[in-house]
Amino acid sequence: MDVNKNSYTIGFATLMVIIVAALLSSAAIGLKPLQSKNIEQEKKQNILKSVGIELSRELAEKDYSNYIKEELVLNHLGEIQEGSAFNVDLSKELRKDAKDQSLPLYIAQINGEERYIIPLRGKGLWGPIWGFISLEKDLNTVYAAVFDHKSETPGLGAEINRPFFQDPFTGKTIMEDGKFVSIIVQKGGAKGDVHKVDGISGGTITCDGVTGMIEERLSKYLPYFKSISTSMQVQDALEIVTQDELNDTISNINKRIID
Amino acid sequence: MSDKKEALFSKKNLKLVKDPLDDNNPITVQVLGICSALAITVQLKPAVVMALSTFFVMCTANVVVSLMRNMIPSRIRIIIQLVVIATLVILVDQTLKAFVYDVSKELSVFVGLIITNCIIMGRLEAFALANNPWKSFMDGFGNSLGYALPLIVVAFFRELLGAGTLFGYPVIEKLGLYELGYENNGMMILPPMALVTCGVYIWIQRMRNKKLIEEN
Repeated sequence: MDVNKNSYTIGFATLMVIIVAALLSSAAIGLKPLQSKNIEQEKKQNILKSVGIELSRELAEKDYSNYIKEELVLNHLGEIQEGSAFNVDLSKELRKDAKDQSLPLYIAQINGEERYIIPLRGKGLWGPIWGFISLEKDLNTVYAAVFDHKSETPGLGAEINRPFFQDPFTGKTIMEDGKFVSIIVQKGGAKGDVHKVDGISGGTITCDGVTGMIEERLSKYLPYFKSISTSMQVQDALEIVTQDELNDTISNINKRIID
Repeated sequence: MSDKKEALFSKKNLKLVKDPLDDNNPITVQVLGICSALAITVQLKPAVVMALSTFFVMCTANVVVSLMRNMIPSRIRIIIQLVVIATLVILVDQTLKAFVYDVSKELSVFVGLIITNCIIMGRLEAFALANNPWKSFMDGFGNSLGYALPLIVVAFFRELLGAGTLFGYPVIEKLGLYELGYENNGMMILPPMALVTCGVYIWIQRMRNKKLIEEN
């Protein structure tokens, strides 16, 4: 048979396309459930890692609910909406206007202390980067951070998912005199500065992406932080007031007894 | 087996494996696949992973194209080759993602790089289209080894001199060289030094193998 005839060429190409398409789509559909399970487990693993709990993927899935007590969805005013943070797809939310975005927030209980976990997502050099950053109860000090990426350069930008880059975030603060300053990843000389972290040589654009991502994401949560920190202050104040009243009554009683 | 048939590991077939390692190395002699070789030689681990994935894709693609060699219309053969490579790579990627998720994360960026690796297409075009599947397999095997060798050598020196580690293990620190005032050369992890290291590799290879020196 003449393999160079036009009709043969077109026929061959058509057949090839159909076979390849069938092969690829059946592989994609057939493997999808297994893949999404892996991705979900990894998300849980990363959320736990951002509050300092390192577990394998399988264990993370099991222990997740023991640590994560609340999965909130907030609006841009910091009000709690219906829904679960885990189901919010940040990549979709980021495409919306700031006003329409749903903001996921996880609250973990570790040794009786609350930690606030904020999911991050931004742009690296080649593709998306993401992560989780957890704040202590004061809503200022970073407890821990994890980052990951889709396709940053191996050995350079891709190193943002290594401990040597992530560990220095612990203990940094995001506020300065009540104003939001975020945390900056910079080239060298960040030691000793509470708002700065050392970057990775050769991975500057990815590191700038991390800086941008942290600032953009955290700034969206400020209204919520404000509202809960005022409620915390009110609670503290109330406690002081009741304590004072109690003291007054005690001293009054004492006076009466003496009188 | 008839007498006319060649033995599986005849001298000619073994030459298909040996040639690409030195005399006809795809990277250092043909200077193909340089782009991916430069991109992933910062550390040993990604270099090894890349070498393994290229090994798999090159051997399989060579065999598949060789099996189809009498059916492929010559006018669209390049597209067919590309489709075969891309399909294989995506299938591998999907399977890894489902069953060995951690390995697939390690591979992330390489998937794209494998498809665009000119060595694979070069071998399909130059060899698999004209030879039987077994020979094509040997050719793919040899060329992927020939690709892996300079890759791993370059990655070894770049990771050792640039970061002071090998496979992430802090070799220099354990040897106590930092206390004697030794410092890592940060330049080694930047892309230009991949080219320079590759150049040094080619230089040494040509010093050893006089066949490679062109006459002026």
